[in-house]
Amino acid sequence: MNSRTLLTLAGIAALALAPAFVYPMLMVKLLCFAIFASAFNLMLGYTGLLSFGHAMFFGTAGYILGLGMKHLGWSPEIGLIAGMAGAGLLGFIAGAIAIRREGIYFAMITLAISQLIYFLAMQTDWTGRDDGLHGIPRGRLFGLIDLENDLALYGLVAVCFVLALAAIHRIVTSPFGQVLTAIRENEPRALSLGYDVARYKVLAFTLSAALSGLAGGLKALALSYESLNDLHWSLSGEVVMMCILGGLGTLSGPVAGAFFVILLQNFLADKVGEWLSVIIGLVFLFCILAMRKGFVGELSQRLAGLRGKARAAS
Amino acid sequence: MTHVLETAGLCKEFGGFRAVSDVSLKVREGDIHALIGPNGAGKTTVFNLLTKFLQPTSGTIVLEGRDITGEKPAALARQGMVRSFQISATFPDLTVLENVRVALQRRSAPTYAFWLPGRVLDRLNARAMELLELVDMQDFAQTRAADLSYGRKRSVEIATTLAMEPRVMLLDEPTQGMGHEDVERVTRLIKRVSAGRTILMVEHNMKVVSGICDRISVLQRGSILAEGSYAEVSADPRVLEAYMGSDDADGDIGAGGEP
Ligand SMILES: Nc1ncnc2c1ncn2[C@@H]1O[C@H](COP(=O)(O)OP(=O)(O)OP(=O)(O)O)[C@@H](O)[C@H]1O
Ligand SMILES: [Mg+2]
Repeated sequence: MNSRTLLTLAGIAALALAPAFVYPMLMVKLLCFAIFASAFNLMLGYTGLLSFGHAMFFGTAGYILGLGMKHLGWSPEIGLIAGMAGAGLLGFIAGAIAIRREGIYFAMITLAISQLIYFLAMQTDWTGRDDGLHGIPRGRLFGLIDLENDLALYGLVAVCFVLALAAIHRIVTSPFGQVLTAIRENEPRALSLGYDVARYKVLAFTLSAALSGLAGGLKALALSYESLNDLHWSLSGEVVMMCILGGLGTLSGPVAGAFFVILLQNFLADKVGEWLSVIIGLVFLFCILAMRKGFVGELSQRLAGLRGKARAAS
Repeated sequence: MTHVLETAGLCKEFGGFRAVSDVSLKVREGDIHALIGPNGAGKTTVFNLLTKFLQPTSGTIVLEGRDITGEKPAALARQGMVRSFQISATFPDLTVLENVRVALQRRSAPTYAFWLPGRVLDRLNARAMELLELVDMQDFAQTRAADLSYGRKRSVEIATTLAMEPRVMLLDEPTQGMGHEDVERVTRLIKRVSAGRTILMVEHNMKVVSGICDRISVLQRGSILAEGSYAEVSADPRVLEAYMGSDDADGDIGAGGEP
């Protein structure tokens, strides 16, 4: 068994045992944001595109699931799938528009589109505007499992988390992933080899949006509530931070980054109040200056260094 | 003789500055055609125009009888005209084998399939190794491209370009910045792969130009100054003058000896 499989198994075991030590609902929140950050990493880490509007996918899927389950009697699995599909479609459209520009302009267009979505959500009655969408039923998964039970809900989120990470791993190692890497490494060269670079980027954007939608749907389901905060630009910024803190372009980096930011928020929220964003900002600054590759990147480099020394010694 | 690539009245302005002005270039089928000229003459800009990385301000480009002036760069590459870059263009974080495979993949393997495992690309390995053998890089198949010497990166780039099976290859200073041995190796390589295709190359090294090029166009300040065989061009007083007073080290025309 190689170390990768071993790590994966250890991770799954930790997920199974976690609710014995941590509130299941805290775990649910952590995992939702971990999925979101991982989905975002597909863009920034693996494709090299900085989107500054990813909250639009997270929030849109939450509203789709919430409205469908509350008013149309959807089951949770339909709600999640519809949320992913809606977010994916929005990702396709936003991607196709934004891809015409590069770098900071790309980021600005994604921001503008997400602000448009935010504004629309604020103007329609369905979303409950500033009050948010309350009373989303959790329902029964496949008509069998009652998700009102927090542990059952945690189980669903944990399974989705594992599937989402497996999907991302597959995407980045697939033939498509190989093309994405080539584009990230040297875009003019990829172009000169006949790749329609924009199309690959739009597909990556769509996949990332759909997975972000999975995260947003799960969160709305878990909290029975969806609000404009999930569409807000500050969440788009937070996910960038989670990704960079943890380490771009690794599978575990964004997970670690999301855990760190959410735990810090949870831990400090009632102690420091307004100062929270200042503290997080400082931590972010420190991490960027001190650890160029994020926690996970830094850690694996240290480990590789140690292993190298051990080998040299033996 | 037929012309594979033809431009008529090609112009490119950058905010009022004419980098390329009224260039009419005719490249004959099967030739190794050199585009030479002092630094800043507009050679790379001509390449960028030909491969559609830049839109011409005016003029037309015809490839194998088709007007390609309005084409997209990726589409053009798929039609058989592939370029290399002045600054070596590899995928640094991929291995040498993967570099070549990316080009093969576009032609004969899935590229959008995000659900398939990466090992479906392994069936391209044999062909990729053949191409690496052609450029004498088979021993480096598993090396990261970023870790190669400059000359070897160039070889990878040529193998990658060849993987596209181009009918027309555009090489922008393939021997620039290389030591003697590498220059000779790459020159021989270009000669070898020119069989059955047309090559247009920018080259400063006159030894290379006189050694392997069938035809030469001299570009100066955006315009074609002279065109012909090496003997004709190197005897042209205007060409000699253009190269005088330029501080270009390799640009000393005539230094390469008899063609
Ligand atoms: N994108 C651009 N914007 C503005 N000016 C440009 C641009 N690209 C090239 N130029 C200018 O056009 C002229 C021709 O440049 P080009 O790179 O084509 O020269 P070159 O013949 O390839 O030179 P070298 O031998 O140094 O590679 C130069 O004066 C350059 O500064
Ligand atoms: Mg040049």
